[in-house]
Amino acid sequence: MDIPYTSTARPDTGIYNAKVGIWLFLASEVMLFGALFSSYILLRVGALPGDWVHGLLNIPIGTFNTAVLITSSVTVVLGWASLQAGNFGRYKVYQAVTILCALGFLGIKSFEYREKFSHYEVWLKNPVTVKHGHKEVKTDRILGHIEYQGHHPYFWRTKTLADKKVEAFKIEVDPYHYSLTPKELAHARAESKGHKHEVLEIKSSDVKRLSAFTPSHGPYFAIYFTLTALHALHVLGGALVIFYIWGPGAKMWKTDPQRYMNRVEVSGLFWHFVDLVWIFLFPVLYLL
Amino acid sequence: MSAHSPEDISKHVRIYIIVFLALLVGTVVTVGLNYLHFDSKAVTIGIALFVAVIKATLVACYFMHLISEKKMIYVILGFTVFFFAALLVLTLSSYGDLPELTTTR
Repeated sequence: MDIPYTSTARPDTGIYNAKVGIWLFLASEVMLFGALFSSYILLRVGALPGDWVHGLLNIPIGTFNTAVLITSSVTVVLGWASLQAGNFGRYKVYQAVTILCALGFLGIKSFEYREKFSHYEVWLKNPVTVKHGHKEVKTDRILGHIEYQGHHPYFWRTKTLADKKVEAFKIEVDPYHYSLTPKELAHARAESKGHKHEVLEIKSSDVKRLSAFTPSHGPYFAIYFTLTALHALHVLGGALVIFYIWGPGAKMWKTDPQRYMNRVEVSGLFWHFVDLVWIFLFPVLYLL
Repeated sequence: MSAHSPEDISKHVRIYIIVFLALLVGTVVTVGLNYLHFDSKAVTIGIALFVAVIKATLVACYFMHLISEKKMIYVILGFTVFFFAALLVLTLSSYGDLPELTTTR
């Protein structure tokens, strides 16, 4: 049985069925992301003072990735407009750019993830003195990259120290901590620019807790990875569908051009929604 | 959305480009303002979300063609807005009467 009204509009709704379908799906997506956004707000408002992580993500990279996603959104709609004008060749070019942007976005995102998995917070039993910019500060919580036997390990946890029988390790201490206010944090960052990271030798017996910036680090990274990974899955899914329509599915342009344009439009609507989610994710996770 | 004249299409394309540029400017504005570090947290969050809402509206209205859609779509979206608002308001209402949080540090 054929699905009715795939290329022409259904008389009572005035639209083809797939468009109603995608909007219903997007409505359910709003609820999915909405639930996670409200989790974000609850976790953030409920975080103990000084425990909400901020200022640790790479803002220039995040900004660039935002621009990449916005670009992919405009190429989708320009591709669709090219089809409307009967220019299949131009559509092919625009959607190729879309797919490349999607891959670029995912590549940059995985680079960011990788950086987080080898970046650590160490909670110490006794405070040590570290440099925050020009100031010397006594603190029992330090951030930085760990070095052990010439390697920068990934995914270490407190338990790893015992499992690997690590007696001591080195940490290149970041000259800031996320418990500073955004203003202080920016100040400490600016002051420390160009200075070498100070390297501390830490005995495992002095460590109360150690965690890479993985979901188990705390509420911020838990919700950060949940939201961005779910978003990245949407980027991947959307890119696969757009690729299918662009490549193997392009035969339909010859047999049923109106239905083909509808497919491009519907996949585009999904793609814009993914862009829309990122428009909120970026400030909420990177900036605020 | 069918049977557009060539003039219509080139007009749309011009709008898409303008929206694209506006979105880029919006991104730069959000990031730029964030470096100013307002003393009030509410102001910082308010501005960032305000710009985000404008950007989202542009995407929804022009890229997703909501500016000229059929009634059916608006009906679906009306329900979505209602349930989304209910989701946020009901979960966040748990913060109506909360004792002061204490620090671990």
